[in-house]
Amino acid sequence: MAEIQIVNAVKRFGKFVAIDDVSLTIHDREFMVLLGPSGCGKTTLLRAVAGLGMLDEGYILIGDQNVTYLPPKERKISMVFQNYAIFPHMTVFDNIAFGLKMQKASKQVIKERVENAAHLLHIEAMLDRYPGAMSGGQRQRVAVARAIAYDAQVLLMDEPLSNLDALLRLEMRAELKALLSRLNVTTIYVTHDQIEALSMGDRIAVMQSGKIIQVDSPTRVYDSPADRFIGSFIGNPPMNFLRGQVQTENGQVKVKIGDLMVTPSLEMQAPLRAYDGKLIYVGIRAENMEALPEAADDTLPVTVEVVEPLGAQNLLTIIIGLETIKVSTHPDFPVRAGGSLWLRFPVPKIRWIDYETGKAITPDLQQVLA
Amino acid sequence: MNQTTGVITSLSQQEFQAQHRRSRMRHTMRRGGIYLLAIGLAVWILLPIVLIGSMAFSTPADVRAFPKQIIPDPISGETMNFFLNTEGILRATGNSIVVAVLALLISTVLAVPAGYAIARYLFRGRDLIRLGILSVRAFPIVVLAVPLAVVFIQLGMFDQVYSLALMHAALTLPTTILVVASVFTSVPYELEEAALVFGCTRLQAFWRIVLPLSIPGIAASAILTFVLSWNEVFAAILLTITNRTLPAQILYTLDKSGDPFKFAGGFFMLVPSLIFIFFIRRYLFSMWGQLNK
Repeated sequence: MAEIQIVNAVKRFGKFVAIDDVSLTIHDREFMVLLGPSGCGKTTLLRAVAGLGMLDEGYILIGDQNVTYLPPKERKISMVFQNYAIFPHMTVFDNIAFGLKMQKASKQVIKERVENAAHLLHIEAMLDRYPGAMSGGQRQRVAVARAIAYDAQVLLMDEPLSNLDALLRLEMRAELKALLSRLNVTTIYVTHDQIEALSMGDRIAVMQSGKIIQVDSPTRVYDSPADRFIGSFIGNPPMNFLRGQVQTENGQVKVKIGDLMVTPSLEMQAPLRAYDGKLIYVGIRAENMEALPEAADDTLPVTVEVVEPLGAQNLLTIIIGLETIKVSTHPDFPVRAGGSLWLRFPVPKIRWIDYETGKAITPDLQQVLA
Repeated sequence: MNQTTGVITSLSQQEFQAQHRRSRMRHTMRRGGIYLLAIGLAVWILLPIVLIGSMAFSTPADVRAFPKQIIPDPISGETMNFFLNTEGILRATGNSIVVAVLALLISTVLAVPAGYAIARYLFRGRDLIRLGILSVRAFPIVVLAVPLAVVFIQLGMFDQVYSLALMHAALTLPTTILVVASVFTSVPYELEEAALVFGCTRLQAFWRIVLPLSIPGIAASAILTFVLSWNEVFAAILLTITNRTLPAQILYTLDKSGDPFKFAGGFFMLVPSLIFIFFIRRYLFSMWGQLNK
């Protein structure tokens, strides 16, 4: 029904380039998350789709309509704002009905849709109340109800959960995800919270300095970040980056981490051969390293600096040479600060990263296929 | 060592208690001083108002008597009656109301779009315009009124109620614009954007969302215009002769009349302002709170 295409979008504020030649296609009924640190241009991009800030260059298509310079009301969009933006001088019912009234829907339709939306968000009992007397969580529900009651092809959400307290946010996150999966509406969801992005999105577009640097499924973004920035931005703790040196032994490419030699997988052999003798970064997640209480083959002996019990896991701080890494272990794993353990690096979980550019080193697809 | 908690160990029990008492005494004195000052200020402002009010409802004989009484005894409508029946007073009251309402309408109708532009749009020279608006306010009314009288005579607008209303509107417009702008600023822009997304044009968004939320503030500033126009004397005297407003009329006849007339006139002038300020005080406080931000 409504695919969104953003084509070569550019938006400047004076000399500052907020969106720098961004192209992105959001499929019909897809839940796309725009993720990035503050100031990366994600909200600007969302506002451009909404028509609240027009692009300087490029196009935005919704369905088969070029909406680049259309005012918001002609775009068939709906939106949830960061500060909810519910109208304080109207009752909850009138707030939810606002868009439908502007569309001149019949009284019957308005009543039906408002009640339906209120029911989905569990605010049926509050329809006669004014927003002033409501809590943040309840206002949030009104804002979402208003957005879904409105007859739109596209739902835009600008950090909708960021103003809720931690517990409520957790609750709303799951509820929102369940709700939206039933609605079958194309959604763009802006957030700086990587957990929100991972848990809710069909795909995540990671933005930095006005550019999209990776568009992938949450698992791909988490496991195979496109560069060092994404690896350290997504995940808690961030991905570890250790220096490794590429060496060739008997025609086989190996990477030396500390005193440990790791042999990259077959398809990585060719691309890594170009780095022979050079430093690269070895990216690996804290939970992907195997900690062993005693020496074994292909392990690196290390000393534990700090042990942080987090309940579900223990987070260890470990120093290897000049670098500090985080390793998470099962809470029953026997370890104490100052103690020794042996680390194994499972090769499929490693992300090899160019030392200079910070970009992930990936196999040349055509060579792999050949 | 010490059984009681909250005692500093380097002092004996007595020393500690004495120090504590002294410190509490100082605290009480400080508070007392502030209250005394506040009471003094309130009396300073309120006493004349009370006196005028009480005199206006005393008999003319009591008004001339000394010492004055705070609560009129007997209460009498004679003084007010005499004032209201004086030649020209009712007509001047009518003029005053017409001028004030006209000034209020003109000033509000012009200030709302101007205030909105200043609050919402970042246009070239916005700060300059803001400063310009303020500097009009700094213009002495004396400098403005005399040439204006000449112009009004040339245009055949002299001694007209509506020309005085124009003058009053011009006087209050700067403040009204800035106050209205600050009222609009306090309405979150996100609300307007939400209205745009849910099917409004810019004008509809203003009409349905911004205006309803700003009405109290706009009303407050409109009433401020009313009160200013109601009390304004200088321009009223210069620009009108036969169509005097109430303050001009009273001032004109003041030196020819006795104390009862003055008190009654003073009270009559005072009442509308007091009533209005009573009703809008909540909005005034919230408005000025925002202005200071």
